[in-house]
Amino acid sequence: MRVSYREAMRLALREALQNDARVFLMGEDVGRYGGSYAVSKGLLEEFGPERIRDTPLSELGFVGAGVGAALGGMLPIVEVMTVNFSLLALDQIVNSASLLRHMSGGQCSVPLVLRMATGAGRQLAAQHSHSLENWYAHIPGIRVLAPATVADARGMLAPALADPDPVVIFEHAQLYNLEDELADNWRCDIAHAAVRRSGTQASVFAYGGCLPKALQAADELVAAGIDVEVVDLRVLRPLDIDTIAASVRRTHRAVVVDEGWRSGSLAAEVIARIVEACFYELDAPPARVCSEEVPIPYAKHLEEAALPQPAKIVAAVKELLNV
Amino acid sequence: MTRERKPAAGVQAPLPCKSKPADAKPSPVAAPAKRMRKDRVAVAAVAPATPPLELRLLADMLRIRRMEEKCAELYGAGKIRGFLHLYIGEEACATGAMHALAAEDNVVATYREHGHALLRGVGMNAIMAEMFGKAAGCSRGRGGSMHLFDVPRRFYGGNAIVGGGLPLAVGLALADRLQGMRRVTACVFGEGAMAEGAFHESINLAALWQLPVLFCCENNLYAMGTALARSESQTDLCAKAASYRVATFRADGMDVRAVFDTVSRAAKQVREGGGPAFVELQTYRFRAHSMFDPDLYRDKAEIEQWKQRGPIHSFSAQLKTDGRLTEEAFLALDAEAEAEVAAAIAFAEQAPWEPVADLLKDVHTPAGAAEGGAR
Repeated sequence: MRVSYREAMRLALREALQNDARVFLMGEDVGRYGGSYAVSKGLLEEFGPERIRDTPLSELGFVGAGVGAALGGMLPIVEVMTVNFSLLALDQIVNSASLLRHMSGGQCSVPLVLRMATGAGRQLAAQHSHSLENWYAHIPGIRVLAPATVADARGMLAPALADPDPVVIFEHAQLYNLEDELADNWRCDIAHAAVRRSGTQASVFAYGGCLPKALQAADELVAAGIDVEVVDLRVLRPLDIDTIAASVRRTHRAVVVDEGWRSGSLAAEVIARIVEACFYELDAPPARVCSEEVPIPYAKHLEEAALPQPAKIVAAVKELLNV
Repeated sequence: MTRERKPAAGVQAPLPCKSKPADAKPSPVAAPAKRMRKDRVAVAAVAPATPPLELRLLADMLRIRRMEEKCAELYGAGKIRGFLHLYIGEEACATGAMHALAAEDNVVATYREHGHALLRGVGMNAIMAEMFGKAAGCSRGRGGSMHLFDVPRRFYGGNAIVGGGLPLAVGLALADRLQGMRRVTACVFGEGAMAEGAFHESINLAALWQLPVLFCCENNLYAMGTALARSESQTDLCAKAASYRVATFRADGMDVRAVFDTVSRAAKQVREGGGPAFVELQTYRFRAHSMFDPDLYRDKAEIEQWKQRGPIHSFSAQLKTDGRLTEEAFLALDAEAEAEVAAAIAFAEQAPWEPVADLLKDVHTPAGAAEGGAR
């Protein structure tokens, strides 16, 4: 069955709502509007306004209400329109959801799933385009997911809901229209990175919206006779260092692609882990392709220049190989 | 329902006591005792009869007071560290309000929550051990004074982010609504929280969705060191809350009976499906904000004036005048409270420290633990 990333997400939501009466979806314009990215289109008609719950523009309030509802025995899926807006709710995510279990001495769990769009590429300028996955991946107590394929868009929600602790799912806005064949084996875990393309000469690590760019770069490199491996990080916290290090041990070179800014980036963390785990396997210093250190600009040519692009990934791999 | 809409008093003068005398309406707390006396004479003859409500209110205020006085001493002795926010002077608020709630209700509190935790049934031993940072503490020593939790008793903390508990309360009430439970979720907060966006977002959501949330504001006139008039453009807190179309109630927070009656009325309305309610309890803390606070922002005369209206001595004096309390009975209650505190301190002293090997425990739910919420 050929479906879009958006449709795959909707299939996952519908399944979750059908399977468990504790599940409900809450967020800005998830109901009547159909979701700002149309992910929840049609669900209001199917499940009603109690379970497909439109909220006021009140991120702190409704994300915190999601935390409270999770404490109270429900399995809330809270949608925040974009990661930039999630900053308004950061207190409830960082000061409540992630630490209530620990601060109470293990008395409660917060089975909350938080979904949000992330990333640039649509000329939405600096307040709708950022990639702050790394901020969330810094926090103990939460799991951070970045589905980058149609199968993961379909498969990641169910295990996220089964996780008794808070899970944040980042949906790159550029991926919603991505179409692919949805194979029958879409069920997946939320613990492991995945090798999307095997290779021998260099490993390219990417996640979310950068995965298609990494795969495109790989095609160009293979055409130029360079055999690269592409690893989809998938789970940004906790990082699957075993899969990452195993890839480096095969290829001995690492390039990390990250739409976040270079300073203090997730890419920096991945490289630090590689260096800790398998420094002596490396034949060249690890490299990074990150966003330039500038708020994402509006003008198309500047936005493109600010972001990781296949050409930059190709150049980084070639530099590691001295070709 | 009393809906007093008088402007809030200035910070310089204590409020006149304007609560009405208690009406004889049976309270949820008093009801079981009545039933016991009327219908279960045989049982009552064996078990000690529950003391009248007034004496229980007085006893609980004393328990909080004596516990916290010792906490201050133990802080000085280095046994309790971190931040310690004492409730001394405000005991009528927690005592009246917690007695007005039912056992199945949810409570979300603040970092000045020792009294609320105690009266929700968290044992004094477990509270004191938590203050000491011991594994026998009610939050296993991971929370401390500001983060007392007892989820089986539906006491959801101890929250040290001002206003941080309010969205949680809305969510707990939403969960109850979606699961068909007729429970009240009470969230306690100070007037300082009413300047936070979290207050406005939470009361708006609760009113919009008509959720069973009781917003219980303990207005002690100072947000840390900032007086109400220096932090709020509208110092009439009920007027502020009323703009969200919720029922508002105001009570003298130094009068435990007034607090009990007012919160009982508000909780009844919430429980019966009347949507959220807002209660302002006008009170005053006799001690500084925390043990670090030199208390330079309040007039000493103002503090003394409020102390004249101390909730314990004014209530006990009233009971004595009414002939419902003797000095001996008062001293007996006080001695009981002191004995409970002494036992709790002894318990906390001897309780073992959690091994450092367990440091990373309870960040995530272990595999195999039951799904979701409280356990």
